[in-house]
Amino acid sequence: MTSGMTPIVKNTARLVSGFIAIFGIYVALTGHISPGGGFAGGVILAAAAVLIVLAFGRQTAEKMITESGCHLYDAAGAAGFLLVAVFGYLAGGFFVNFLARHGVGTAGRFWSGGTIILSNLFILVKVAAGLAGAFLALAAFRRAHMPDGHPGEES
Amino acid sequence: MASIVPLMVGLPLGVAFAVVAMAHAKPLKRLTGLVAVLAVLLNFAIALALLGADVPRIFLGGWGPDPARTLGIEVLCDGLTKMMAVTINAVALVSLLFAGAYMRRFTKVWLFQALFLLMTGAMNGVVLAGDLFNLFVFLEIAAIASYALVAFGCESEELEAAFRYLVLGTIGSAFILLGVTVLYSVTGQLNMAAVAGKLAAIGPGPAVLLAAAALIGGLALKAAMVPFHAWLPDAHPSAPAPISAMLSGVLIKASGVYAIARLIFNVFGPTPQYAAILIVLGAASMVIGMLMAMGQWDLKRLLAYSSISQAGYIILAFGVAAEVLSRATPDRAVAGLCLFGGLFHLLNHAAFKSLLFLASGSIEQQVGTRQLKEMGGLTRRMKVTAFCCRIGALSIAGVPPFNGFFSKLIILLGLAMAQQYVLCAIAAAVAVGTLLMYVRVQRYVLEGPPGDRVARAGEAPALMCLALVVLTIVCIAAGLAIVPLREHLLGPARDVLLNATNALSMGAMP
Amino acid sequence: MGIAIYVLAFSVLLVGLYAVVAKKNVIKVIVGVLILDYAVNLVLVLVGYRTGGQAPILENGQSGAELAARAVDPLPQAMVLTSIVIGLGLTAMMVAMAIRLYEKYGTFDMNRIRSLRG
Repeated sequence: MTSGMTPIVKNTARLVSGFIAIFGIYVALTGHISPGGGFAGGVILAAAAVLIVLAFGRQTAEKMITESGCHLYDAAGAAGFLLVAVFGYLAGGFFVNFLARHGVGTAGRFWSGGTIILSNLFILVKVAAGLAGAFLALAAFRRAHMPDGHPGEES
Repeated sequence: MASIVPLMVGLPLGVAFAVVAMAHAKPLKRLTGLVAVLAVLLNFAIALALLGADVPRIFLGGWGPDPARTLGIEVLCDGLTKMMAVTINAVALVSLLFAGAYMRRFTKVWLFQALFLLMTGAMNGVVLAGDLFNLFVFLEIAAIASYALVAFGCESEELEAAFRYLVLGTIGSAFILLGVTVLYSVTGQLNMAAVAGKLAAIGPGPAVLLAAAALIGGLALKAAMVPFHAWLPDAHPSAPAPISAMLSGVLIKASGVYAIARLIFNVFGPTPQYAAILIVLGAASMVIGMLMAMGQWDLKRLLAYSSISQAGYIILAFGVAAEVLSRATPDRAVAGLCLFGGLFHLLNHAAFKSLLFLASGSIEQQVGTRQLKEMGGLTRRMKVTAFCCRIGALSIAGVPPFNGFFSKLIILLGLAMAQQYVLCAIAAAVAVGTLLMYVRVQRYVLEGPPGDRVARAGEAPALMCLALVVLTIVCIAAGLAIVPLREHLLGPARDVLLNATNALSMGAMP
Repeated sequence: MGIAIYVLAFSVLLVGLYAVVAKKNVIKVIVGVLILDYAVNLVLVLVGYRTGGQAPILENGQSGAELAARAVDPLPQAMVLTSIVIGLGLTAMMVAMAIRLYEKYGTFDMNRIRSLRG
């Protein structure tokens, strides 16, 4: 079975997935001034990865997006988020916004809100890696493993 | 001291992801178990250290209790929280030690440790949560981790049990969220103390009753009360033994019984209707759990049904206490006695049910079977496991001087003093039934001529025996040391529930 | 309009509950659980709605008090976001379990996936 889809789909995916990824990162980083935020941006970034896997087939995509890489980014995103929370101890307590104490930025501009940008960034990394990893793990089930039986009864 | 309380949630979560990262770096892969045990040990140490400290109300992020800015997420740390935190972390530590030796037959043990740490951190989060939505989120995290852990072995039985558990658990969670939604729409607040204040001002009405019904329904499903118990007899036996111990010992308590107690006593306030619901749920669970356990020949299934019965004891005690508190002239001493009995039984059940499940895991690994008829004569082949199993069975059956006897006695006394003589008779009958059931378990498992499988079995590995011995010591000590336990651990917890809706705002308000 | 929309959301919840209880195909049970979850999310968003309101984003030159008077409630929106993420995790796990159930039993029929009894 040839891996992936026709060359038209492959070329389009190659051109478009970069823009999808950048759009996802934009939605995540401007989460404090417009709708979106870490989770929505992470899902869009993961959608770019899923597009690559669908267009090129799982074997080819595995060379770029490995499952252990997804696990590592997942753990790094979560660790970063907890680090931001722990650094709040410098300014008083758990999860205190230690960057907003010095009057950084005005409301409505990009550089405002303190640690919210950092939190959004780490959530972006975690959600994108988590969703891409989950998709890769589910895509690993091949038809060859299924026993000979009727696929699903009607109900 | 107050500022490190949120670390009790953050530490297991962070270490869970550190374990995932370490497992992908070759030289660190063998250390993941050690790191996990250290994290839970540190959590347990913090929980013990908090017992003596008087902690004011903590608001995360510094968004303090100033009435003009009640925006913060509150972290509770009163007597009930401290007692539950000590219980959860102790059982988690012992189960993780046991799992160090038991899980060697599985691959990807690092995945098990990461999920276990997630579940422990989330359960700590449930008891530390001070507002309704945080409670729901941590309930969900603990539940999702437990679904994955029940299906860990990926055999056909485990997958089927985990799928049924997942579907029923999600229905329960949806109803909990529905209850939180209706409460938010009625009061406009999510913080538990603020909701309690607003509900006292608004008074009962159809919306509040709908919220209470949805919340009690969803939480009763998490606590495996009859008639919402259908998932437990499949899920608990199919899980690996340390997970069965955690699920039966603490998860149904922390996510089900604790949440019901916190919401009914501290947020809604005890009224006759809620007390009646709790009494019916508790009594039905007690009786039906015991009846169904009597007919079981699979050891772990018997223990799972017995969990339903014992959790029914706790809910019955809480229900009668709520009924006493909601009378025109509430008798605080009698209600306090019922609450003390229920909380003590919660602690004891965590100890001896975990002990029994871990012992059954030890037996399953060494002998290779879970059927009562194929065991026998264990005292001669596996001395340590058999001794600990006997102590556990005697404790749950309510034989003096072990802890089960005292907690059941206090519950019966409380029921009698509250003039609920019918319930007292039912509880006494169920206690006698439990005694008979566990005498039968002992006869088949421990006494008698050794079956052929038992004759070839050896003693369990040292780490598993260590975990069993620790829990046995807890069972014996909790029976002998009631007075220090009452002063430091259970007394403050009982006072929190006794103060009903005033308890949450009684922190140190600046 | 007030009560009718809540009745509609509750009927979606009942449809989801019916699908979980009455259907025998594993995939249909999963879809039922999803519908149930999203119906509760819908009720949660509806609680925060204000007729003719504005999205809770501070516009240029608007003061905080004006926003508080005109905007819909942002707190249920944050709660629903968390709830959707939880639903996503549950969906991934349910689908993975359904695939593995098919590998073990060879069928998606819940009546045949019943090796546990009693």
